Amino acid sequence: MKGMTIIVKNVTALLSGLIFLYGCYIVLHGHLTPGGGFAGGIIIAGSFILLVIANGIQYFRLNKEKEESSLFEGAGIFCFLLLATGGLFLAVPVFFKNLLPGGTPGELLSAGIIPVYNIFIGIEVAAALLSIFLAFVIFKTED
Amino acid sequence: MITYLLCFILFLVGLYGVLTRKNLIKIIIGLSVMEYSLYLFLALIGYIDGGAAPIIDPSKPAGLVVDPLPQAFVLTAIVIGLATTALLLAIAIRLYKKYNTFDIDKINTLKG
Amino acid sequence: METTLIVILILMIAGALHALHARDLLSAIVSYAVVGYSLVVGFLVLKAPDLAIVQIVVETIALIIMVSVLIISTREDLAKRDTIIIKGQSYINVRNLAYIFFAVVAGFFLVYFFNMVSSGLEPLGVHETRMATEYIKNGVEGTGSVNLVTGVLLDYRGFDTLGEATILFTAVMGILAILRLKTHKI
Repeated sequence: MKGMTIIVKNVTALLSGLIFLYGCYIVLHGHLTPGGGFAGGIIIAGSFILLVIANGIQYFRLNKEKEESSLFEGAGIFCFLLLATGGLFLAVPVFFKNLLPGGTPGELLSAGIIPVYNIFIGIEVAAALLSIFLAFVIFKTED
Repeated sequence: MITYLLCFILFLVGLYGVLTRKNLIKIIIGLSVMEYSLYLFLALIGYIDGGAAPIIDPSKPAGLVVDPLPQAFVLTAIVIGLATTALLLAIAIRLYKKYNTFDIDKINTLKG
Repeated sequence: METTLIVILILMIAGALHALHARDLLSAIVSYAVVGYSLVVGFLVLKAPDLAIVQIVVETIALIIMVSVLIISTREDLAKRDTIIIKGQSYINVRNLAYIFFAVVAGFFLVYFFNMVSSGLEPLGVHETRMATEYIKNGVEGTGSVNLVTGVLLDYRGFDTLGEATILFTAVMGILAILRLKTHKI
């Protein structure tokens, strides 16, 4: 997977940051507008997937050399999985009590702990989908 | 009532695909079609005529909104559906690398 | 309203049927995408913008993963086996006729049971919110979330979301375990 032409690479480099910001917006405004952690997390994963498709798997330096390839692959996927487990453990604590003060409904800083839940669910979903995609791509480049 | 019936027919189309196709990719497509018909059925159940989307403006009195409970269920089910579809595709590609075919009959007979 | 839904559902059924019968697996996947994107329009018509925004991105990512699987493997469907060729002459496989007969009988029974079950369903557009009445009435004050779906998902029914996150994590672990194994060479 060598990547595409220079035009595609440059346009992707311009666009993916905007897509990432849009995903963050969807996650943060999950309690006000349609969206939330699930949709925003998938959009964030989509921005990284766009980068991998346009630039090739070397963009994440996952198989730079034969010796280091497994180390980098392992480290990259381990980081994503660590974030995923962190999101899993931090996102939904045991008793779901709304700890933080509520604020007035309709503002950005309101709804107590729901935005925090949304952020961690977004991280978990993004990490999960990105590791699924990277597993398929690395499997393809291996043989 | 005809929308419910069409939803059920869509489910049957997916079931037909799962039962009759020999290709692993088409079996996965049939399973996904069954999932989609289920999502649409749950969303149809929660719909109320004249209701607004379940986002309430706090400054105004609450009007008629559609049922938010089936939507919350379907929201989690969609993401799980993507993950299980990817899991099935991983199994399919692993079988393809081993047997060099997607035919489930050949995979069944070529043991070892 | 209902006419729009009927048109969308017929489009979905046509897309699913073509996806199951296409000779090329790439066109099968494109027809499968027709089903998913029609579902997005259906969700929008049913006043569910949360579901629509999730479904449209999920469908795109699923399409990317499926095409990446096809790039690794093959695009061609299996050879058709409706006919048996004996000494240059082709005969219709008798078993296929039996299968069609059983399918018709089973479909008849399923539609019959659907008819029995659906007598308890409310018609489209009439729905009595039993549990959700409380959520709609006190949801904004109780959770502070203006979006009721997020309020139900993360506050009233947080355990469902915890289970969903667990299933997602387990599925990812399964995919990594399947794809990262070193195969023995046959």
